[in-house]
Amino acid sequence: MIPRPKPERFRLRRTMMFMNAQKPGLIKDAYIYGADSIMLDLEDAVAENQKDAARFSLYHALTTIDYGDTEVIVRINGLDTPHWREDIRVCVAGGADGIRIAKCESAQDVKTVEAATLAAEKEFGVEEGRTLLMAALESPKGILNAYEICTASDRLFGVAISGGDYRKCMQVGVVPGGIEMLAARGQMLIAARAAGVQCFDTVFTNLDDAEGFEAEVRQNKEMGFDGKSLINPKQIPVVHRIFAPTQKEIAAAEKIVRAMRENAEKGVGVFTVDGKMIDVAFLPGAERTIKLAKASGIYEGDL
Amino acid sequence: MGTSTKGKKRRKKGCVEMKLTKPAVAGTLESSDAQVTVEPGPEGIELSIQSSVLNQYGKQIRATVLETLERLEITAAKVAVVDKGALDCTLKARVECAVFRGCGQSDSNIPWGGAVK
Repeated sequence: MIPRPKPERFRLRRTMMFMNAQKPGLIKDAYIYGADSIMLDLEDAVAENQKDAARFSLYHALTTIDYGDTEVIVRINGLDTPHWREDIRVCVAGGADGIRIAKCESAQDVKTVEAATLAAEKEFGVEEGRTLLMAALESPKGILNAYEICTASDRLFGVAISGGDYRKCMQVGVVPGGIEMLAARGQMLIAARAAGVQCFDTVFTNLDDAEGFEAEVRQNKEMGFDGKSLINPKQIPVVHRIFAPTQKEIAAAEKIVRAMRENAEKGVGVFTVDGKMIDVAFLPGAERTIKLAKASGIYEGDL
Repeated sequence: MGTSTKGKKRRKKGCVEMKLTKPAVAGTLESSDAQVTVEPGPEGIELSIQSSVLNQYGKQIRATVLETLERLEITAAKVAVVDKGALDCTLKARVECAVFRGCGQSDSNIPWGGAVK
């Protein structure tokens, strides 16, 4: 078994790519693609009569493949199916970094998964609390309950909207510009930020529409998403490029971090940088920009 | 490939004994996969392997299948493998799934990290 470092709750997750848990031949090259996270799928990618087989494949994919720094999340089957309990057992036993709860609609759904995860950690001798959770909101009810879901567990690092099911419920199709998803995306983002967790946008499924994809990723960034679910490796560099901070943003962030340090030594809490009032509240944002610049491979400074 | 676990009982407590009760199949004939069929047999393991890379990997495939069966404590069975260039871990997963299906126990309480490892 290849040991994996303890999962980090708030790491960088610009790109979360779905992969079929049944195909280790493909999964073994996952880290080459450079996604921040991969999501091995036990749910929709697996036929109903192959759920058992997928778990055996997943277990060996989790324990024998070296994923390097790529985070490994598993999407489990919904709580309205007979599969989810065994899905959680195999995720924990195999050492997955996190579990994606499909069709999450309430805080209780998160707590149910959390309890089963803890039980599995005890059963398999895995450090208690190690396995992270994220919730996929796929229905109007899930969106309405976004805040209670976001605050339901200390293991929960974020929420993602799942466009396919959500649009179905709302009786709408994909609209360029995203007006059909605007309210849901907005509500989920507000809930996630209020709760202090991350927020991820849905997949873009038309691989031939590069322009539409770019426009959606740009909108994701402007709305404040942390990242996006993906279905194809060729989407990864596009998201990383668009999510990368500009040189101007990096320079401003550097100034803030440096000024913060200098002023902290002098015991000064509020000061000005380039005519703007800066206090400790600006630090996390500035640090995030630098971290993002580093992860994007465009940082040349020394912070 | 792992070392032999002969003689060691690795199954987690509370898990019922594995006994093949019916024929079962797992896996597909897609590239990079393997299809494994198991049937209850009178005695010993009767193993047949079909693979396009039999000359190169036949020995390894055979060893992996036999080791996996041993870990699952299957001692009497007819096993057929049609290999389509599966990785070792895929092959193991297919043998395990076929055996658990053949025992009618593939859906829950799998001994992850125990007999399945």
